[in-house]
Amino acid sequence: MYTSLKETDHGAASHEGGGPPARAVPRWRRSLRPYLLIVPALLLTGGILYPFGLGLFYTFFDFAASKPQPDMVGLENYRRIFTETSFWNSAWVTVLYAVGAAAVETVLGVGVALLLHRSTLVGRVLEKILILPLMIAPVIAAIMWKLMLQPSVGVINYLLKPFGLGGVQWTDTPAGALLSSIAVDVWVYTPFVAILALAGLRSLPVSPFEAAAVDGAGWWFTFRRLTLPMLWPYVLVAVIFRFMDSLKVFDIIYALTEGGPGDSTVVLQIRAYLEAIRFQRYSFGISYMIVLWAVVYLVTMVLVRYLGKIQNRAAEVPK
Amino acid sequence: MKRRMLAIAADGALILYFVFALFPIAWMIILSLKPANELFSTYFSFTPTFDSYRTVLGAGNDEGVPFLRFFVNSLVVSLGAVALSLAIGLPAAYAAARWRFRGSENLMFTLLSFRFAPELTVIIPLFVLYQKLGLFDTYVGMIWVLQLVTLPLIVWIMRSYFSDLSPELEQAALLDGYTRKQAFFKVALPLVKPGIAAVSLLAFIFAWNNFVFPLILTSSEAQTVTVGALSFLGGDRPKYNLTAAAALVSVIPPLLLALTIQRYLVRGLSFGAVKS
Repeated sequence: MYTSLKETDHGAASHEGGGPPARAVPRWRRSLRPYLLIVPALLLTGGILYPFGLGLFYTFFDFAASKPQPDMVGLENYRRIFTETSFWNSAWVTVLYAVGAAAVETVLGVGVALLLHRSTLVGRVLEKILILPLMIAPVIAAIMWKLMLQPSVGVINYLLKPFGLGGVQWTDTPAGALLSSIAVDVWVYTPFVAILALAGLRSLPVSPFEAAAVDGAGWWFTFRRLTLPMLWPYVLVAVIFRFMDSLKVFDIIYALTEGGPGDSTVVLQIRAYLEAIRFQRYSFGISYMIVLWAVVYLVTMVLVRYLGKIQNRAAEVPK
Repeated sequence: MKRRMLAIAADGALILYFVFALFPIAWMIILSLKPANELFSTYFSFTPTFDSYRTVLGAGNDEGVPFLRFFVNSLVVSLGAVALSLAIGLPAAYAAARWRFRGSENLMFTLLSFRFAPELTVIIPLFVLYQKLGLFDTYVGMIWVLQLVTLPLIVWIMRSYFSDLSPELEQAALLDGYTRKQAFFKVALPLVKPGIAAVSLLAFIFAWNNFVFPLILTSSEAQTVTVGALSFLGGDRPKYNLTAAAALVSVIPPLLLALTIQRYLVRGLSFGAVKS
């Protein structure tokens, strides 16, 4: 993957090529070159890391609109977070949302990919439009669903009326609000899982499947013993992305329920937003985010390590 | 016979999913074409009108929401972010693909970790900082912060494009007396042009679709369509037709671009984790 070009930097090589001798570049400048190329990106990274560090710094104070002259409070903000029931409620809602959304998207996405992989005429036509929901901003998707889910005038209840389900209060009951927001997430992101799974399916070796067909293996056996294990590393990439993103969901909930009713859909980012922006308790709000950031970071590390292991194992299987 | 039935069932399931996927878009189109007085009465029979679009896009609409302006703002900040990310990200991606140097992997991982960081973590300090620096509600402020979205994407994907390119091509150029810089600009860069095009469009879509940054770091001057589309939902009586029209107008650019780069999407969406 990495290729050193060092040897070609010597002027001597170019003489043999017949061209004019390349200008001799001092060694120190050559070894500096990759750093120079990357410096702008580094600076910009610094431009983002600085506010991050500043935010972390704020969490040790009681900086708020009501207290513009903050005192140093040490770990008080974090202590308060972990002793408040609202944090544990938010953490629980966040986990429910992330696990629910990622699970449904994985099953549905892999299912859609398997169906598309059969490549019938219907499949080929539909595949072209698979990405459409994914390209719509999640907040816009949430707005669209909000209009459709209105209890009295929304189209969903209108369509459900013949089935005797005309008056469902979708986003006005705690369970309904959580389910509705997961549904929007599923609508937006199932294509993401499906696209990655489809790419995976198309890159699988053919011979094991041919061998299985010759042996007369059934569809279920082939799927469980061949397709799924070989596809899993590809699907896992999608699952990791989806799980991480759902842990820090903001826009869908903000537009659909704003955390309500009550605090039934107040996920961690919404809670941080309410604390920091609406109630202007800056330090406390950022502390919430630092906790979420740490959790996401740890979970990513564990999942990525697991992914690496799985991919290595997959690479050992001769294709 | 049984096989045939199964095939039909499979196609049926597929169509069912696509009804779920496409219905909201179709319904928004219907809603946006409904006249205001028929919004709450009949459902499928009405005389379509473009009034909603006229109101939403009109400069002096009675709603007082300068949606067209938000649309232009979105264009400016998304294009600006992509241009800046390309200028900064291409050399970085090239360096990461061609040299293994101290800290290169850590640096790359730091960049990628922005993808997983909750946006609000940096946004609140940025909000305070922007107020002080006068960057709040400005194009420059938005472009700077959108780098969080576009730069990691461009660096990671272009790195995999550069890695796929045989270094012998540049070596040959060096043998012919090209300088390193010329080899990059005249040999490597033209060869990854399709990659650059695809990743730029994808980065543009991501920047366009971002919601949290404009929500908190802009108020009116630099506000974008994703935040602006919510404006029509407020008030004592929600304007469904206007909201639908605004939503549709705001998704036109990303949808058009997505259909053009479909072929390259997989690598982009997974940050090169799945090569196709």
